[in-house]
Amino acid sequence: MAARGKDPQSPAPLDPQAHSESTAALLRELVPHLRQNRTQLREEWARRITRAQLLTAMTEEEIFAEATSVYDNYVEALETGTFEALQAYARNLSERIIPRGVETHEVVGIVLLLRDVLARSLFAKYHEDFEKLNRILDAYEPAANRIANTVAVGFVQERERIIRQQQEAIRELSTPVLQVRERLLILPIIGVIDPQRARQLTEQLLRAIRTNRAKVVVIDVTGVAAMDSNVANHLVQTVEASRLLGATVIVTGLSPEIAQTLVTIGVDLSEMATVGDLQGGIEEAERLLGYKVLPLEEVAPKA
Amino acid sequence: MEVPILKQGLYLIASIQSALTDADLSQLREALIERVGKFRARGVIVDVTALDVMDSFAVRTLRDIAHMARLRGAETVIVGIQPEVAFAMVQLGLTLKGVSTALDLEEGLAFLDRQAQDRVERTRGRIIRG
Repeated sequence: MAARGKDPQSPAPLDPQAHSESTAALLRELVPHLRQNRTQLREEWARRITRAQLLTAMTEEEIFAEATSVYDNYVEALETGTFEALQAYARNLSERIIPRGVETHEVVGIVLLLRDVLARSLFAKYHEDFEKLNRILDAYEPAANRIANTVAVGFVQERERIIRQQQEAIRELSTPVLQVRERLLILPIIGVIDPQRARQLTEQLLRAIRTNRAKVVVIDVTGVAAMDSNVANHLVQTVEASRLLGATVIVTGLSPEIAQTLVTIGVDLSEMATVGDLQGGIEEAERLLGYKVLPLEEVAPKA
Repeated sequence: MEVPILKQGLYLIASIQSALTDADLSQLREALIERVGKFRARGVIVDVTALDVMDSFAVRTLRDIAHMARLRGAETVIVGIQPEVAFAMVQLGLTLKGVSTALDLEEGLAFLDRQAQDRVERTRGRIIRG
């Protein structure tokens, strides 16, 4: 636009001022047409959504209700040329439909369908005046594309925001360091360990060893689905660092698959104390700490 | 800066107060090894709580102290490594293999006491078994 404006030789229709004026005028002409045929076009659109098998997670009534408000917002954006309201609506809509499993391609699909339905109706209305149809489409297409763009970007942004939020929640939740006995900590690891998480995990554990004055730590990896050499090395580093703070580490819950992988890829875990399951690990830790757990009957009565 | 070395019962305690140069570290090593014999010490505790950086020379010196003291009949334990220092050391591969470590001075003393007891029991067992 700006580049064209600088050119004094540019033809009149491309002059930005005149161009935007005529565009606005044409769009103003469009809007009443779209308003008049609202019911019919909206139904056509809803039909095409169903036929294209989009939004399968929603019922027909829901689709129709959403279609109505999308349609109205769409026409309003065409009329006013401002996208703030549409953006807010798109975000709001995404918030509602993302938890129901609506995919990006569906949202983009329905907006593009609406664009096509409306374009068809314009063809039908102006097919006799080809000149005018061209000018109408010149005005309509950029605006429609921008609307599609706005809705799609709004949806993707909302999705990304949710993903970020969930990642944050997982990160917060997933590294509890728990004290089970005086001087005994357990660290259950669940899920995927990436380098960043491994680092955070180690730092948290070292700090906990310090504050709880732990002598023994049981790291339980039952919840870790897969382990590669990177993760194994991180584990070895955690064990080493804990030892430097004077704590013994027992690793428990290495699954048969992980054990096989580790041996196959040749990770050296010989420095590490490993026990089959968490119970065994805690018993071993209690032994190291000098605890002995007895059933009450076996404890001799005091008197 | 010279590191003060205190005698506490059968143990020597070297408490590092500030960052040390390589020369200070070598001096500490010599002083400790000499005093292990002089005081007939059975244990050495090096307290590094005040250090927030540990380079390869420092780690090597600590390891040397531990091995040399063992040859002179004393068990060494390094105490008070900060969590951040421990993490950095492990990442650099400076893991103090073969050297005992403990959380703080108190833990270090308890560790040495336990070691001494083990040694007594081992010796006693050997004598009884003939």
